[in-house]
Amino acid sequence: MDPTLVGQGLLSGFLFGGVYSLMAVGLTLIFGVMRVVNFAHGDMMVWGMYLAWLLASRAGIDPYVGFIVCAAALFLLGIVVQRGLVERIVDAPHETQILLMLGVALVLENTALVAFGPDPTRVRSPLTQSTVWLGPIFVDLARLLTFGVAMALTAALGLFLARTDLGRTMRAAADNPYGARVIGADVRAVYAAAFGVGAACVGAAGALVSPILPFQPTSGLGLSVTSFNIVIIGGMGSLPGAFAGGILVSLAESMGAVFFSPSMKELVSFGLLIAILLFRPAGLFGKTAA
Amino acid sequence: MSLLEVLGLSKRFGGLQAVGGLDLSMAEGEILGMIGPNGAGKTTVFNLLSGFLVSDAGEIRFRGRSLHGLKPHGICRLGMVRTFQIVRPFPQLSVVDNVKIAALSRRPAMRDALDAARAVVERVGRGAREREPAVGLTLADRKRLELARALATEPTLLLLDEVMAGLNPTEIDGMVRLVGAINAGGVSVLLIEHNMRAVMSLSHRIVVLSFGEKIAEGPPRAVAADRRVIEAYLGEEYVHPAAP
Amino acid sequence: MKLAALLAVGVLAALPWIVSSYAVTVLIFIFFYAYLGQAWNIVGGYAGHLSAGHAAFVGVGGYAAALLSMRAGLTPWIGMWIGGVLAAMLGAFIGYLGFRFGLRGFYFVLLTVAFAEICRVVALNVDAVGGALGLYITFTGNPRQFQFQDNRVYYYVALALMLGATALVWALEHHRLGSYLTAIRQDEGACEALGVDTFRCKMLAMVLSSFLTGVGGTFYAFYLFSLQPNAVFGIPLSVEIIIRPIVGGAGTVLGPVLGSFILSPLAEISRTYFAQGGWNGAHLIAYGILLIAVVLFLPQGAYPALLRLGRRLAA
Repeated sequence: MDPTLVGQGLLSGFLFGGVYSLMAVGLTLIFGVMRVVNFAHGDMMVWGMYLAWLLASRAGIDPYVGFIVCAAALFLLGIVVQRGLVERIVDAPHETQILLMLGVALVLENTALVAFGPDPTRVRSPLTQSTVWLGPIFVDLARLLTFGVAMALTAALGLFLARTDLGRTMRAAADNPYGARVIGADVRAVYAAAFGVGAACVGAAGALVSPILPFQPTSGLGLSVTSFNIVIIGGMGSLPGAFAGGILVSLAESMGAVFFSPSMKELVSFGLLIAILLFRPAGLFGKTAA
Repeated sequence: MSLLEVLGLSKRFGGLQAVGGLDLSMAEGEILGMIGPNGAGKTTVFNLLSGFLVSDAGEIRFRGRSLHGLKPHGICRLGMVRTFQIVRPFPQLSVVDNVKIAALSRRPAMRDALDAARAVVERVGRGAREREPAVGLTLADRKRLELARALATEPTLLLLDEVMAGLNPTEIDGMVRLVGAINAGGVSVLLIEHNMRAVMSLSHRIVVLSFGEKIAEGPPRAVAADRRVIEAYLGEEYVHPAAP
Repeated sequence: MKLAALLAVGVLAALPWIVSSYAVTVLIFIFFYAYLGQAWNIVGGYAGHLSAGHAAFVGVGGYAAALLSMRAGLTPWIGMWIGGVLAAMLGAFIGYLGFRFGLRGFYFVLLTVAFAEICRVVALNVDAVGGALGLYITFTGNPRQFQFQDNRVYYYVALALMLGATALVWALEHHRLGSYLTAIRQDEGACEALGVDTFRCKMLAMVLSSFLTGVGGTFYAFYLFSLQPNAVFGIPLSVEIIIRPIVGGAGTVLGPVLGSFILSPLAEISRTYFAQGGWNGAHLIAYGILLIAVVLFLPQGAYPALLRLGRRLAA
């Protein structure tokens, strides 16, 4: 096995892990605060990608700038979904919540299908053309930038949760929803904000990834499964876990593609998911699911 | 042969020794009360006895048979059934249908099970309410339902976990009479309870747990007067109702 | 009630001679998806374990019967049972893993999705079973090969499947296993405490459900004459399977049937209406909205809601 190839794979995998981390952090935040599993996570990310594509192709805005708009748009979507739908079934059994989010996923995926067609597409960014050489290994600037921005956003989220009042209230609600209500936290607003922020993370992740990965409306499921994989490995509800898990899973996938074939990559992904489901129990860092 | 033999039963959760080296035995037909402060390990003992938890060490023998490795449904089939401290009625079923589920374990035919269930519901005094949805019942009735379900499995030994909790004095008297009647009908009872009047009047013997260990055992009067029990649980102010 | 049922069956039996050929085709889909939904209902509705990967059983059953027919000349009338057994074995495996490891709710759903997707990827990449192109069944119109010249025969086969599955679920409801499953769905721990072998009951439900679904795979293969990995193992088919019982009423005898009568025409209309404008997948948007609406406003499905309405009107 060519060490350059392996090295290349490791670097690619590591850099892409930044996006996976951001994606997973969004999912685990929503779960951690509200015990809701966002089945529509991957489909929301796909919308982030398509919005970035729209901005790039219609308004000439580069995704590395446009991601802010995507994040904002998905933030609003998250709040709408939470306030309009999820809130109504907060006390319902888990199956209800799963079905609801499945419905949302169906609507999102097929609206994208109707709006944009089934064919894969990608965002043209000049940055994908320029490469940076690190010894025998190269990386395109786009990947580097994607990694950098994703890391910055994740760090910003960490600060938000640690330093701001809203962030701390979110963490409190995640630890103890009843207690949070007792101390007068407006739990509904916190939940809406959490869903919004979670969706914003994945919207930004989608925009950042749009120049480097081809996507289509049906990509949503695969991205959702990957998100679940990461979050279950890292521990549902654990932000450091999602972060570490993102890098780990991305590296594993990258190595899988290097040593096996790309179609096997999906098998590895699903096989990994099954193994984790069976042996979790709470992931590397996590709280147990409700 | 005693009904229940527990030897050296132990269970640890992380750093906490929930139950440590517990020895217990019960004879056929008796009512054994298990008392002690919260966190003493009483419900853990029930979970271990009924198969919901696996012990770290020790033996449990029911009618001479080891219960090691048996799942809860298997233990129930052998004749030992437990109720839950926080009652767990099947919310979407009626009272009688709740009990029917339990009866089916002894009477596989639906018709027989329904008849048996109705008889049990009648026996606990709620025959008139048998069709009511379980979810709308008062706490006292839900406790009776929990008891009825356990009875429908035709047990030899009934483990009652705080069956009086949350009931008012009238309801408690009713429940005490019911448990007494069940025992008179031949069912042995192991009873976790905080209500001292109920425990003292019902129990033939009492065992006291504190921090996972047995600190006293004996007839109610003796236990109530035991120094260690008073310090650990009852308090100086407690006076046994039958005491002079 | 019995009289109404007999009347309904009689009407359904007579329909192919009255309605148009197009209507017959729509009804075939209604019956077939009601059948698949009813099979799912056993484990997803009664036992309360949502599976979003039931398409895997359709695929396994269909591929098995198709391959046995094409490669070994075995008549699908026998092949369908082998397909069913193979699907049941997969179901038993998934069930064993899921139930032994205590997977519930979200985790169980993911497990089923993962297995279905693995099947899909395998079918897509293994050329021996057709690979990406899938399998194509040559049309011979030979009844011994489960092919019929007349659409109406398919109609009666589909009707028989739906009625058979519905009768089975009705019988289940009146049998101890049905009661146990209903209780398990509500509180598994309490069931265990009361002497119910919950693992065994859930395994039975899973095996029965996957067996029936696998048998349905043969109908799928020999009615559509082709098996495409993405279509027959994919999430869209799993969604089609589960949405009917959920909308109609999961855990009820008539739920999947009612759901199918509501949804199939809806799908057909939106498919015809929107496909002309190139809006593929629009019917799935309708499904999504309907699913959301049902979850929010009629969580137990249409059939229980109708029963409540009927009771109120009668009072």
